[in-house]
Amino acid sequence: MNDLPQQLANGLLLGALYGLIAIGYTMVYGIVQLINFAHGEIFMIGGFGALTAFLWLPSGTSLLIALPLMILMAMACSVLVAVGAERFAYRPLRDAPRLAPLITAIGLSIALQQAIWAFYPDATKSRPFPEFEGGRLDFGAFAISRGDLFLLIAAPLCMITLGVFVSKTRTGRAMQATSQDPDTAKLMGINTDRIIVTAFAIGAAFAAIAAVAHGLKYGEVNFKMGFIAGLKAFTAAVLGGIGNIYGAMIGGLVLGLAEAMATAYIENIPGMSQLGGGAWKDVWAFVLLILVLLLRPQGLLGARVSDRA
Amino acid sequence: MTALLEVEDLKVAYGKIEAVKGISFSVEAGQIVTLIGTNGAGKTTTLRTLSGLLKPSGGRIVFDGKPLQGVGAHKIVAMGLAHSPEGRRIFPRLTIAENLKLGAFLRKDAAGIDSDIKRAYELFPILGERSKQAAGTLSGGEQQMLAMGRALMSRPKLLMLDEPSMGLSPIMMQKIMATIAELKSQGTTILLVEQNAQAALSLADQGHVMEVGKVVLSGTGQDLLVDESVRKAYLGED
Repeated sequence: MNDLPQQLANGLLLGALYGLIAIGYTMVYGIVQLINFAHGEIFMIGGFGALTAFLWLPSGTSLLIALPLMILMAMACSVLVAVGAERFAYRPLRDAPRLAPLITAIGLSIALQQAIWAFYPDATKSRPFPEFEGGRLDFGAFAISRGDLFLLIAAPLCMITLGVFVSKTRTGRAMQATSQDPDTAKLMGINTDRIIVTAFAIGAAFAAIAAVAHGLKYGEVNFKMGFIAGLKAFTAAVLGGIGNIYGAMIGGLVLGLAEAMATAYIENIPGMSQLGGGAWKDVWAFVLLILVLLLRPQGLLGARVSDRA
Repeated sequence: MTALLEVEDLKVAYGKIEAVKGISFSVEAGQIVTLIGTNGAGKTTTLRTLSGLLKPSGGRIVFDGKPLQGVGAHKIVAMGLAHSPEGRRIFPRLTIAENLKLGAFLRKDAAGIDSDIKRAYELFPILGERSKQAAGTLSGGEQQMLAMGRALMSRPKLLMLDEPSMGLSPIMMQKIMATIAELKSQGTTILLVEQNAQAALSLADQGHVMEVGKVVLSGTGQDLLVDESVRKAYLGED
């Protein structure tokens, strides 16, 4: 097990990525009780936004200089799609039975995937995403790729900013109030429509940052990347307790670690030698989801599901 | 002088079912007006419509000289109408202080907000003692105090209280009623919905008895207290 530090690093980085995307699921669920299944595609569109920005710049532009523009463009694309989805797809269904917006979300997810496949140049196959040059950064016990450095800085920064925003600012408190009791929030003078849009926008912005991190980490973007990443992030959100932003962060990290550990070590368990390795990592992630749903359906930090129903 | 609130032939429907079938009443500044009646009479529906949570299907509401129908709930608060809803509806996972601050959500005068929070703590000392505690940990009566304190934080021209005594012990109920009387003496105008008709009518300048969506009887609080049909139906005498 002398590669344990490396596996922990891999797991935490993966988990940070899941956590960033999971914020979007959990914030929207916390406020409108909708599982926004199109969130994975909002993440994917952020990746294509970033790529587009990079391609606009003259070739040879340093990635470090291009990065801020790529992030801004990713955020603009993701937020625009998320806010548009809220306004035109979900808001008209706000008082409809819960199944209606859920089906709409799944439909939207497929439509967005296919729109990129059909209209983005050469998106029928994976498009290469710019990567930092140079080898892995060696920290002795473990090494990370240069692209991961972005994730290492961005993820904690985003999470801390969000935590402060939600607990300390006026809009953040209005957001908590709306999530706890939307009608009464209106009686306080809170424009809950605007709060809902804000929740969608923040979730999308985080997904966009995750998409840039994902691109730098894996060196490509493709129209399908939102599906599995979205499913994993949804798992992370449920794992941590959906509706709880700290739960999304914790759930992401736990899921990332579990995947890394299972991938690396399960094959060492007698009788399970065929179940290790990368091919099985999604299986272990969803096994974990099933176990949590069976044993602790409110999630690791959540008490919300029960007091909402 | 025109009334602060004028409700004219107000109708409210849930789908095809009409819960409020054309009621009219008014509230003058400085008064306590009460709506009494049994469960399902349409009292809560009336308040929820006045505060904009429900849309009326007919009639007119004029508050402080401006029409209210079609105005969003969050804008009605800004016009000076505060609503302490049925079941208290405090924000359970926020602290007491945060709940009070949300009551002043639309105000920008930080100093005024602070002094009003102090006033709420004077009115209800228990809230001050527990200001950092999550509001969900309070007892029912304390939550009612918080709900009233929170509604007052917007400095309303009219305070609507929906069933402030619901589920409270007799002692706590007396305390809440005494507070309502005190608020009135300080000049607050109050529209009070109560199932406890005796307590409500004793405080009220005007009372209206509602039955299945209609006002069946109106009068001063004292008149209604001694009215025979009211005594039979709501004050438990026969």
